[in-house]
Amino acid sequence: MIFMEIGKYYAPETLEEAYNLFVESKDNKIIGGGAWVKISLKRVEKLISLDQLKLDYIQENNAYYEIGAMTNLRSVETNENIKLIYSGILNQAISNIMGVQIRNLATIGGSIMGKFAFSDLIGVLLVMDAKLEFYKLGEISIYEFLDLKKIPEDILLNIKIPKRDSKGYFKKVSKTHLDFSIINIAISKGKNFIIAVGSRPGIAQSAINTANYLNSQTNFTEEILDKACDIAIDELTFGSNLRASKEYRELLVRTYIKRGIRQVIK
Amino acid sequence: MKINLNINGVSKAFLIQENEYLLEVLRRNDYTSVKRGCDNTSCGVCTVLFDGKPIPSCSMLAIRCEGHEITTVEGIEKEAEKLANYFGELGADQCGYCNPSMALTVYSLKKENKHATDEEIKAYLVGNLCRCTGYVAQHQAIKKYLGDES
Repeated sequence: MIFMEIGKYYAPETLEEAYNLFVESKDNKIIGGGAWVKISLKRVEKLISLDQLKLDYIQENNAYYEIGAMTNLRSVETNENIKLIYSGILNQAISNIMGVQIRNLATIGGSIMGKFAFSDLIGVLLVMDAKLEFYKLGEISIYEFLDLKKIPEDILLNIKIPKRDSKGYFKKVSKTHLDFSIINIAISKGKNFIIAVGSRPGIAQSAINTANYLNSQTNFTEEILDKACDIAIDELTFGSNLRASKEYRELLVRTYIKRGIRQVIK
Repeated sequence: MKINLNINGVSKAFLIQENEYLLEVLRRNDYTSVKRGCDNTSCGVCTVLFDGKPIPSCSMLAIRCEGHEITTVEGIEKEAEKLANYFGELGADQCGYCNPSMALTVYSLKKENKHATDEEIKAYLVGNLCRCTGYVAQHQAIKKYLGDES
């Protein structure tokens, strides 16, 4: 049996109360869905649940879809409006995360705040140019969030996905459906290309030079696609772990970046 | 500490520790159809319905369940029996350890998507592992159950 020691459990009813409890000590933690917390932490002084803060919602305005941080992954996956944007890549990425049971438990906020290297979600949010709204920090882009050296001592409130007329592509390569990605690739194409590669095995990284190169092209010949892949391999960092070698990952990226570009320019 | 849980439509008070997961509380209180497997959300044998949706009870803190409806296989007895009959008819059973959790997941699938395709059935059941059968007979039985209008 896996047990996490908990000094005291709190389910505050206001954000301020939750925030104050959280910043009191580094040994205090916020729980999202809780599955990862269970296997990654041995002791928590104060475990803070956000269950009472009404952060479980999906709504839209003229500019954004807003997803509350405590919305479970399955709710995002099955939302009919989310399926329609960026060719449904957010839905596709989530539907490839383990089983329905865990997706009913895990929250989108928890999946982001962990900054998990294996995350399939973060690459997709990068190519959607998502914004994250924090209680104290305010709104920052997902790029700025990934650039932060430490995970902010703050409460993520929601994720904003800009409404754009963009096509999307997502590919997860893994040994089994239940396993983490060997590599994942996300591409979007609206006015411009945005490309992200995750589980390299590091956390998702944006292929900025590759996108800039593609944005300067009008005719996507085989040579242009080969050159784009060369740039991607050059600008992204790949490594080996027990799931795959660096060389295999590079080969996969070449294959799927090409397929993805072909798909989004159709 | 004491919490109130609604299990299979019956509200009861339970004494729990703050760090106890729903699985432990259920099994300690004789809801032994909920099985322990991997204990890390991978295998699905600890599945219960939480407000009608399948979740891994091994990773849900019991304290977070107050005010929610928990359903074990005993709470869907008639539907589970129908599915069990199709499992029997098609030889989809061996040890039976995964059956209660599979019944709950299939029941939830039927509620969400009664006309699920083969691929949709496979995708929905990916979190329920069976180490005996190889899934083919189970898949056939599940299709028959989904088509059962009785």
